[in-house]
Amino acid sequence: MDSVHAMTPSFPVAEQSAAVIENVAVNAEYRHLVIGGEALAADVVAGQFFHLLCPLASDAAPFLRRPMSVYAADRTHGRIEFLYKVTGTGTRGLATLKAGEHINIVGPLGHGFSLDPTWRNVVVVGRGVGLATLAPLARMAERAGVGVTAILSARRPDLVMSIDVFRGCGAGVITVTDTDRSSEVANVERLLRGVAAKNKADALFTCGSNRLLLLLQRLGRELGIPGQVALEQQMACGLGMCFCCVRNFRGPDGAVEHRRVCWDGPVFDLQEPLSW
Amino acid sequence: MVDLAVDVGRLKLANPVMPASGTFSDGLARVIDFNRLGAFVIKTVTRELRAGNPTPRVAETAGGMLNSIGIPSKGVDYFFRETLPFYGRFFPPLVASISAPTADGFASLAADISVAGVAAIEANISCPNLEEDGRAFAITPQATAGVVARLRAATRLPLWIKLTPNTGDIAEVARAAEANGADAVVVANTILAMSIDVGTFRPRLGSVTGGLSGPAVKPVILRQVYQCARAVKIDIIGCGGIACGSDAVEYMLAGAKAIQVGTATFIHPTALIRVIDELEDFCDRRGFTRASALTGALMHTGADETDVEWHQEAGE
Repeated sequence: MDSVHAMTPSFPVAEQSAAVIENVAVNAEYRHLVIGGEALAADVVAGQFFHLLCPLASDAAPFLRRPMSVYAADRTHGRIEFLYKVTGTGTRGLATLKAGEHINIVGPLGHGFSLDPTWRNVVVVGRGVGLATLAPLARMAERAGVGVTAILSARRPDLVMSIDVFRGCGAGVITVTDTDRSSEVANVERLLRGVAAKNKADALFTCGSNRLLLLLQRLGRELGIPGQVALEQQMACGLGMCFCCVRNFRGPDGAVEHRRVCWDGPVFDLQEPLSW
Repeated sequence: MVDLAVDVGRLKLANPVMPASGTFSDGLARVIDFNRLGAFVIKTVTRELRAGNPTPRVAETAGGMLNSIGIPSKGVDYFFRETLPFYGRFFPPLVASISAPTADGFASLAADISVAGVAAIEANISCPNLEEDGRAFAITPQATAGVVARLRAATRLPLWIKLTPNTGDIAEVARAAEANGADAVVVANTILAMSIDVGTFRPRLGSVTGGLSGPAVKPVILRQVYQCARAVKIDIIGCGGIACGSDAVEYMLAGAKAIQVGTATFIHPTALIRVIDELEDFCDRRGFTRASALTGALMHTGADETDVEWHQEAGE
């Protein structure tokens, strides 16, 4: 029993109130939320998320929290940033937050991206709000001295996010959009094969599109390139308790198995998730 | 100084606050100190491996949520290999929630998991009974009596029976559990409910219907705790929409000896700790030296018999 006494509880995840520093629209669809607090950003890994208790919207009260992947974590200033799109009750409430108000947050949660020390150059392929999730990966790669090619996809040119983040971290950026049809899978495949042919694709990373996930899985298998994917799923608890956020995965024996996106992910090996 | 300790049947708890099955796992140890809890109630174990229900498994509603998780279970081996050693590192007693599709299945599972390290068994008899056209055991006193008698014969551990609110006369079901050897009843599981997305015309749960939980159910379940408390002498564990200390106090006043916090933990992972702290504060403020003195301390308003009869009729 002494060992139990001696055990100092350590709590890597905290439920706490954070001050809103900024919450403004960045384009026609997305908003940028910056929150602050003591030691908040210290242990955040790219790909992790926070579970946000969204305030009342004008017409309804969101009951559950909303998971939000981290767009940026600034250790020095203790700031966490998110990019979100107003789509429902939770994010409508979130959009009402003003600087100086507070929001209850739980996190950091989940397993983030990781970089193998043998990788010299990686490719990041993201779409829509998935670009927010992938942005901190650019910083992680820069710190590790890993080169990045980023293929950033969106419906329209004004909705391509994180270009500045990737360029600022030294990444080569290619934007593709539905407007000029450059975002079509065949074109993205052509671009990816070009990068791989130059030996600049030691690993593939993606988030935000099932079509792109399938493409990367296919190319990864064909070319023998490993990779990681950050998944989204509706969540209730965020801590692996409720089994709400399961998706289908290929198990080690080839059988289909459920895994919890919040607890086993949200970042998984590229080849393991089955598409919707 | 408030003494928070309570006895639930033969089991002594350091305080009356514990998680509700299915709303708790080892992941919560990343946020709160497990040694502060009155007990651990783990996610329901079944003998068979179960994948669970199709997604979406959860839907928000006003003041609560619907779930149709479907008891995904990694089976008994996982319980022995992973669950039991993990919780053995902490002080609070472990209550193993179990479920099975038949009375025989309940009995053999209870026998198998009656091992050192398991302090009590919570039998989740709100699940479909394959021998009664899939109706939950706890819907009728007869099916409840049958399964509880089999469970009683199968284990010497304290036996808690988790009742369903989806029944016409929960007090009769509680009596059937008591008469067949239950040490306590847990009142109650979720309320069968549904929700439809008017944008898509589809049900908002993958399995169409599911269980309602959260603050929305509290007045309903509180009433059922009150009815059970008047019907049985065994202890009652209240479970339904408890999110703060005063919610716990309400349940204890209605007759609960202990309480379970469920859905609130999804919203506030620190909810269990908050309930314990606020319960202690409440007792301190109101001059209770023992939290157990709250149980059944409801003051009646002195309505005359005619009034009571009228309300009962109106309620039918």
